[in-house]
Amino acid sequence: MTTQPSVDRALVTGFPFPFPTDRYRYTTNVEPAPRVVGTPAGQWGASVVDVDGEYHRELVERAAVLERDPSRYAVLDHMAPACWDTMLTLMRELAATYPDVMSLDGDGPSYVWTNRLLDVEQPFTYARPSTLPDEPLRYVAGQVQEDLVLLDQRDGDLWGDAGLVTFAADWSFGFDVGMSFLEIHGPVPRLRETGVITRAREFIMRLQPGAPYRRTNWTLTIGRQLDVSTERYPEWGPDRPRILTVDDTTFGREVHLRTEVQHLVRLEESGAVLFLIRTYLLPFEELARVEPWRATTAAVLADLPDDIADYKGVAGYRDRAVTWLHARTP
Amino acid sequence: MSTSLSLVVAAVDDTVPGVRSVRLVRPDGGTLPGFTPGSHVLVTCGPPGTSAVANAYSLTGDSVAPRAYTISVLRLDAGRGGSRWVHALATGDRVEVTSPRSAFPPVLAARRHLLVAGGIGVTPILSHLRSAVRWGRDVEVLYAHRPGAAAHLEDLRDLAGDALTCLTDRTALGDHLERRLADQPVGTHLYTCGPAGFMDTVTLAARRLGWPDERIHVEHFGVDDLDPGESFEAVLRASGRTVPVPSGTSLLDALEGAGLSVPNLCRQGVCGECRVRVAAGTPLHRDLVLSDAEKAAADTLLCCVSRAADDRLELDL
Ligand code: HEM
Ligand code: FES
Repeated sequence: MTTQPSVDRALVTGFPFPFPTDRYRYTTNVEPAPRVVGTPAGQWGASVVDVDGEYHRELVERAAVLERDPSRYAVLDHMAPACWDTMLTLMRELAATYPDVMSLDGDGPSYVWTNRLLDVEQPFTYARPSTLPDEPLRYVAGQVQEDLVLLDQRDGDLWGDAGLVTFAADWSFGFDVGMSFLEIHGPVPRLRETGVITRAREFIMRLQPGAPYRRTNWTLTIGRQLDVSTERYPEWGPDRPRILTVDDTTFGREVHLRTEVQHLVRLEESGAVLFLIRTYLLPFEELARVEPWRATTAAVLADLPDDIADYKGVAGYRDRAVTWLHARTP
Repeated sequence: MSTSLSLVVAAVDDTVPGVRSVRLVRPDGGTLPGFTPGSHVLVTCGPPGTSAVANAYSLTGDSVAPRAYTISVLRLDAGRGGSRWVHALATGDRVEVTSPRSAFPPVLAARRHLLVAGGIGVTPILSHLRSAVRWGRDVEVLYAHRPGAAAHLEDLRDLAGDALTCLTDRTALGDHLERRLADQPVGTHLYTCGPAGFMDTVTLAARRLGWPDERIHVEHFGVDDLDPGESFEAVLRASGRTVPVPSGTSLLDALEGAGLSVPNLCRQGVCGECRVRVAAGTPLHRDLVLSDAEKAAADTLLCCVSRAADDRLELDL
């Protein structure tokens, strides 16, 4: 029997499978970036910014989310330099990664940004708002698939003082803006007691320009939905009880493993830290066709402690997910 | 863990007696990495590849997409020889520097910036001032220098205009400093760089006037790097092999160099992946992972950052 693949092959071959082993616990899982990681289906991790076949679709979706809810974008006044810094850094990164379609010409303060994927040719002068059609952080968020959070470092701490986040997995950027790094992580179980998050903070505060790091995070999402932010809980929340009532074929099509590849970049001029969150979704029916992924995901979900499962919002259907994955053992 | 840049001297400027400014560029003329105002580079003061002294010098030029790194160096005849070496450089000479490191950044959220420079300590203050002007920050500059020997005075005047006060005698400095420190809006941050005694005077005066420590910033050059550590030998229990670990090389690097594969992720002492068991010898812990009790037990270490307290460590590998 052959079934029609439900997603583009590249979304499977490029999927950043997040589990190195059969057991998942929170750790300060940071590593130098970029570095290519081979997987049973392909590879991922070659660059800090990643443009894939979903580029146009995701940028259209980001614009729509922002249009409906402007609170997904916020910049505290003192972060203006960090926003320009972010824009320049990401344009350089894009141009270096995709030289065939993107370029940044000029060596300051005047530049021309070219993005042939979007048919854009934009001259601008660094630090001159009047030379850009939009504020710099919002402008560059229209060129990348990543969500962006900017951390200011002061008083021996890190503060989430600016960002543009349209694809949050059950959190709210508008609620978190201006909070300290530890406050932002307040809702997560185990992080404080285990020292995972204080270590992460020490680590980030020592990050140097030119030496980006990355980590992965994961959860399950029902439906191919990027914007599952707290703000829209009334729309997606009911999917969780509903998924227990659907048949197996629908379950496999609807439940997705969601990996976030998160990069940490120290910005050169402002000294702020840029946190990039790139979201990848893979439906279980595709995941189950890659045997090591199926087996590992089943093992991780079966072993996941209740508090973590609860926090991730998967407690209600993880048993079904495990059974579903086991039933597909070759 | 900075990367190294091989640059060329494009120009030297000896206009101010005793101070030499050097302009360093990429051999291909390309743009250099930008830097946070107040950053320094470590300059290897000797021919590349030799074990010459490395001195930290602040970058004085533009911090966004710079075409050159400029440093200004006071000649110290009694020093370790670094400044004398810089003063002997000629156009076209090669110079090795690290990529810029930031340890004296402006606080973005500050309401106002009070910059206080003493003598050659003007160098990081100048780059602070450039960025304050670029971003329209409220800024005031006090510059204490000997009469007639003022590096970068023209630059400061051009950038700061009326916001600059120059002071050339001790009493005038003390009085003016007290007055200006007492008359700043809440939310002002103070930045000072100069000789150690000068910075002490400035910070003491500020504390006496009730400035909280979080708003006082002093330039200590490059204190955030892990030191290279002493060399030692790692003995591998399983094979009885001995792996030398030179100063500046991590135990993890040395083990990998000897063909062992040790699980690792961050190589920074935060993730806990590279933990190895210690069979004998005393570890020198430098990680952020192990608890105090685990450290005291001395039976494991994180080999990406930790080393031996003595000259030998036996590992369960
Ligand atoms: C090394 C760095 C970091 C580590 C180890 C870390 C760790 C974690 C972990 C374990 C979670 C729980 C995720 C889950 O189970 O689904 C989490 C959630 C989260 N993290 Fe981080 N994180 C890091 C950096 C950051 C940064 C730089 C930000 C940016 C501000 C950030 C923002 C968040 C947010 C908003 C959440 C969701 C919290 C909520 O439920 O409201 N993290 N993080
Ligand atoms: S590799 Fe992360 S602690 Fe050593």
